Amino acid sequence: MSTGTLLEEVFDADLIGHPEVVAARTPSQLFWRRFRQDRVAIASLGFIVFLSLVAIFAPLFVALAGTAPPNAIDSSLLNDFGLPTGPSLAHPFGVDGLGRDVLSRTVYGARTSLEIAILATLIATGIGVVLGMLAGFFGGWIDTLISRSVDVMLAFPVFLLALGLASGCSLGNGCAGGLIQPGISTVVVVIAIVSWTYPARLIRGQVLSLKEKEFVDAARSIGASNSRILFREILPNLVVPIIVYASLMIPTNILLEAALSFLGAGVPAPTASWGAMISDATSIFNTAWWYMLFPGLAILFTALAFNLVGDGLTDAMNPRAAD
Amino acid sequence: MSEPLLRVTDLVKHFPITRGVVLQRQVGAVRAVDGVSFDVAQGETLGLVGETGCGKSTTARMLARLIDPTSGKIEFDGEDLAGLKGRALKDARRQIQMVFQDPYSSLNPRKRVGSIIEEPLRIHGLLSEGDARRKRVQELMDRVGLNPEHYNRFPHEFSGGQRQRIGVARAIALEPRLLIADEPVSALDVSIQAQILNLLKDLQKDMGLTIIFIAHDLSVVRHMCDRVAVMYLGKIAEIAPNEDLYAHPRHPYTEALLAAVPSPEPGRAGRARALLGGDVPSPANPPAACRFHTRCAYADAICSAEEPLLLQRDGSVAACHHPLSG
Repeated sequence: MSTGTLLEEVFDADLIGHPEVVAARTPSQLFWRRFRQDRVAIASLGFIVFLSLVAIFAPLFVALAGTAPPNAIDSSLLNDFGLPTGPSLAHPFGVDGLGRDVLSRTVYGARTSLEIAILATLIATGIGVVLGMLAGFFGGWIDTLISRSVDVMLAFPVFLLALGLASGCSLGNGCAGGLIQPGISTVVVVIAIVSWTYPARLIRGQVLSLKEKEFVDAARSIGASNSRILFREILPNLVVPIIVYASLMIPTNILLEAALSFLGAGVPAPTASWGAMISDATSIFNTAWWYMLFPGLAILFTALAFNLVGDGLTDAMNPRAAD
Repeated sequence: MSEPLLRVTDLVKHFPITRGVVLQRQVGAVRAVDGVSFDVAQGETLGLVGETGCGKSTTARMLARLIDPTSGKIEFDGEDLAGLKGRALKDARRQIQMVFQDPYSSLNPRKRVGSIIEEPLRIHGLLSEGDARRKRVQELMDRVGLNPEHYNRFPHEFSGGQRQRIGVARAIALEPRLLIADEPVSALDVSIQAQILNLLKDLQKDMGLTIIFIAHDLSVVRHMCDRVAVMYLGKIAEIAPNEDLYAHPRHPYTEALLAAVPSPEPGRAGRARALLGGDVPSPANPPAACRFHTRCAYADAICSAEEPLLLQRDGSVAACHHPLSG
């Protein structure tokens, strides 16, 4: 090591005796190391993994639990007054007003919720990242156009827009020339449309600061094109904020989906959805508390778990912000 | 003198000052560089010195075509670079490379060192994929004094001095003819500075590089340069061969800069103390006529009435109505 600095020599001297002590870590390795120390976030991540498995293998789970399929209507489960029966061994979460098993519907509802929330988050993040990068990097009229659109979107009564879009697209052949069909795709698109603005702003800000770094000048001086600078130099530095932001957006979108379904603008019946279940339950809440409680708890824990994981990721990304 | 490698003529960069959020209107301009001309001969090192904000970095960034000049000519080997675009500009960039000031921000933290040094080769399609390129990268790392086996490491695993070596390796990867070093050592520990300076000198000797060396540290410039240009508020105050400038400054600003250099022998003040009073005036509203007259000890009526031209006196060229005699 004749050429190294003193620091380098100290580094290598250490390396001989204790290779594990000085093993150099990439920023992502440091990120995961810090994240792993956050027990709440790890527990929440465990819950999310469990929930995802339940959602993916919903038919298997329902078969194992020995409950009826989610859309099987069995009026024999209603009492003499036509009201649903409560939790029992055969139906741990009770049945709903049509005699459908609440456990099965909650499990299938996880499918709907996660599918919509994750797809909508991916689309919204994708749109937001691309627009934010363009706005931050090119500035000028591109930035003005994108940033003002974001401002307008943020000033919109987003929920009304979502309701309008959702009801508009839920009829007949859907909207946008049949591109958006009624059902899950409508809800996904609606949520994506109303939620791309925050990631766009966040990414724009990050790009504004990254593009002033000298490595961008360095890339330009060796002849890199704009797209090469954007995607090969700047984008890799955005990966962590994108992951963190997306993880915080999922619970918001779960709640948005539930709210849309609650208001009747979500996925069409009889597809199980937590929001729609709560909506159905409101009319018989005083006799059938279980019908509202279980989907409600499902929403609560799912949103909470995603939020805690998101917070854990945020802290791991920026350890000083946690203090 | 034969045709210079680089001839800069009347280079100007004005940054507009705008007001208004949606409808922006220009209310003024920061005259960062306001009519700078100089020549650089093949193989020489030209120093560019001046206080922070005098436009030396802006000049460097225009020469490297990182920002577009407002007006003026940058003739490199007879070709004007100022108007180049697209393919021609990309080809021209191979000839002119830059070493940056901050070794922490000039290397992308997400890329491995090998890939950072390889990037210029990849962009210009030099050498085929794989082994040849990798071998070249390792040669370059060895050349700048890095261990070639550290090819797969990330920048944060290196010290400041080593990072600057990575920056130098990237800059010489394309075998440029002109290297612009924008305060390459000002962010480094003093003990490391000399290593990087000597590396640049060695490379200059081996590769026949022409260097434009930007610094605010006059002792570093003295070590490195053949000629020195002193800038003040976007203009050149004086250009002189290294020895002449230090021995016989012509411009009062140069004299003041030299007087501000701490003496290695505290008891003995070599030069009369002609320290500068006050701050540098705003480049958005520079003083009329001679820009230095507000702070100059020798200024009189003509200095605030008429702009001094850059005139040859002995070896030096100075823009002053009252040049100092040796």
